[in-house]
Amino acid sequence: MSGIVWALIGVAVAVGLAGSGSACGVGIAGQAASGVVTEDPSKFAKVLIMQLLPGTQGIYGLLVGFITLSKIGILGGAPADLDLATGLLIFAACLPIGIAGLISAIYQGKTSAAAIGIVAKKPEQFGKAMLFPAMVETYAILALLVSILAVSGIPV
Amino acid sequence: MAVLQMKRMELCAMRKDRKGILELLQRKGVVEITHEVEEDGVFRKKDTTSRKNIFDKNIVTAERALEVLDRYAPAEKSLFASLEGKTPVDEKLYHHIVTVQDAIMGAAKQVLQLSADVEDNKNQIVKMENQIEALAPWKDLDVPMSYQGTRTVSALIGTFSALMTKEQIEAMFREQLPEVESVFVTVVSASTNLTCVVVFCRNENRQAVEEVLRANGFAAPASHTRSVPARKIASVEKRIEKARNKIDQRIQQIQTFSGSRDEFQLISDYYRMRSEKYEVLGQLVQSKNTFVLTGYVPAVAAPALEKALHEQYEVALELTDVGPDEEAPVLLKNNKFSTNMEGIVESFGLPALHEIDPTAIMSCCYVFLFGLMLSDAAYGLIMAVATFVALKKFPNMGEGMKKMLHLFMYCGISTLFWGVMFGSYFGDAIDVIATTFFGVPESATPIIPAVWFVPLEEPMRMLIYCLAFGVVHLFLGLALKGYSLIKEKKYMDAVCDVGLWFVFLIGLLLMLVTSSLFASMAGTQVNLPGPVKTLGPVLAVIGAVGLLLMSGRRKKNWALRIALGAYDIYNVTGWLSDLLSYSRLLALGLATGVIASVVNQMGSMFGGGVGGAIAFILIFLVGHTLNIAINLLGAYVHTNRLQYVEFFGKFYEGGGKPFAPFKINTKYVTIKEEAKL
Repeated sequence: MSGIVWALIGVAVAVGLAGSGSACGVGIAGQAASGVVTEDPSKFAKVLIMQLLPGTQGIYGLLVGFITLSKIGILGGAPADLDLATGLLIFAACLPIGIAGLISAIYQGKTSAAAIGIVAKKPEQFGKAMLFPAMVETYAILALLVSILAVSGIPV
Repeated sequence: MAVLQMKRMELCAMRKDRKGILELLQRKGVVEITHEVEEDGVFRKKDTTSRKNIFDKNIVTAERALEVLDRYAPAEKSLFASLEGKTPVDEKLYHHIVTVQDAIMGAAKQVLQLSADVEDNKNQIVKMENQIEALAPWKDLDVPMSYQGTRTVSALIGTFSALMTKEQIEAMFREQLPEVESVFVTVVSASTNLTCVVVFCRNENRQAVEEVLRANGFAAPASHTRSVPARKIASVEKRIEKARNKIDQRIQQIQTFSGSRDEFQLISDYYRMRSEKYEVLGQLVQSKNTFVLTGYVPAVAAPALEKALHEQYEVALELTDVGPDEEAPVLLKNNKFSTNMEGIVESFGLPALHEIDPTAIMSCCYVFLFGLMLSDAAYGLIMAVATFVALKKFPNMGEGMKKMLHLFMYCGISTLFWGVMFGSYFGDAIDVIATTFFGVPESATPIIPAVWFVPLEEPMRMLIYCLAFGVVHLFLGLALKGYSLIKEKKYMDAVCDVGLWFVFLIGLLLMLVTSSLFASMAGTQVNLPGPVKTLGPVLAVIGAVGLLLMSGRRKKNWALRIALGAYDIYNVTGWLSDLLSYSRLLALGLATGVIASVVNQMGSMFGGGVGGAIAFILIFLVGHTLNIAINLLGAYVHTNRLQYVEFFGKFYEGGGKPFAPFKINTKYVTIKEEAKL
């Protein structure tokens, strides 16, 4: 199998896993948000912000995927001729955001759902409530960082 | 930049003036009333709940009348209604409205009466429609439903709860009642679960026929009327028509009140104010001729209040400084720029006793970091212009909303600045447009080069700068801790908990900067002059030893003391994770730029020409709107996080009680002349 295949699998992992995680997370938070809005529609904007918080992992995955695609030349229509080792390197570089994105987004979704509970009962504590899901995201950001640095550091 | 100095207020005045004085305090809105004086033999509270209840009831009436108006005569609301805020009302008009309050309440009650009438008619229509539905199967019956028959012939009117035909019923009689010959069956209507029939027989057979019918599930009709069903239906329909007309008429009458909406709103606010006043009044302790009131008032507002009170009333007023350990309510006062970020501090927690107000320094960091995260010149410009226009267009908007928009305006300007520094205008839109539609060769891009550098091309460089900003931010936090310790005259704590950490951390930083690890990250070896280079390890060791010995200084036991010191040094891992947390500046900055270029690239896929241009514009608008929204949210959340967790974590706890003055709390209008702090 030539390197470009592995590199593209890497892109798929980064975008696919992180995106699935975000979909789960946003879904979980969305269920809680819908419950709050049924009771009190005026809280719509606040709970919507909460719901969107676990959505960032998907964007981070897209970011790594896009950087990788443009690096291996698929975006420009001229795929680079990668050897197996380079392809595997790129694949490995994509793993952090894929894995950490998937899991952190799901847990961030659960935390968001709980934070939506805070907003429902004490809307004035919105600032604090927002912080709990943001704590989870730190690890996705660290994974993103390593993925970006690794992808941009691999010579092609 | 400060927590406003509060004064304790103790006021004693004549009882006859109590309403006037409370009104004055409410209008000024600068006093938080505390009910500290207990009841005793002389001073008692006076129950005002019954009066208050009347006002509350009036509020409900006015609100419900407004609801009715909203239902039948909705006011035109623009998309930005939430920005408009309360309508300012002239004092003269306000006083006029107050004099005609009974008339307004009368109108409100009339509206409610009309709406009750509408509901009533609607219920009646439902009832009548049910009646028609029940009669519908009998529509073709041309005798009254109570018809019993003639002198010699009996008529039995009723239903089977199944589908039956005339033949089936006749067969039934032939089988079960062969001795009776003359049974005549008419099926009026038949459906799957209801067959309406009329059975005729001779009077002498009536009983036998009835028995057979009953045994086969024949039952009297569910609905009964003495007239012919078709005629009955027609008359009910006429009544429904009448009720409908009445509803229309009532709704039209309600709509004539749509001009009273403002009055209802005003009167609702008026009663709201009075209700609050009576609530306070019920808490006041009063003797036969005097009353006593305690509370907090900001020192800056105190002289004016004192003057106003003395001018109009006989009062004994005492203003004292708040004691050193007294938990006074907190009100922040900042300059025009920083005051907009008070909301951010407030949602974390106001400064507690002895804490400094972090707003001023935080506001600068906030705007700086926000811009760095969003970092697109065009997005920044859109933010700044949109918020500026909104602020100009809706001058009456609520105080909180105004501050929020100002905050985003400043953040937009900062975003614009960083976008120019990093050469990002809608991502790489300018280059994409130029190459796709104007045939500019790729080699000529970027058309507008970055003033500083492009983070996407040099992520390591950007990361190092992000961490450097982080170091500055964290050190600022530590320095503020030192400042507040010195202010409290805890010099020993300032040296041990802040000074030693500075020495230790700066030493470690110097070691890091000269290390090979940093060289490989930055791509260049940093060469510091010799003495500085050796200073690093020296400072680190001094700091570490100092912390080891001094952190547990409150413990007598030396073993415990050293253990605590070692534990404190272990906190350096906390500093490391705090510092790494600033890598989100890079991550979010890149996210904005990369998604923007994904959008641009998607747009340019359709090539040049008119069709391509239309596709590009569509994708451009949708894509960038989405990108702004999602990254604005990201930047907002993560800037807050950096302030709350990393920055405040170093020195600030919060937990102060917000200043809640007794003031005019209205829902719809503001009366001009409200005092401002």
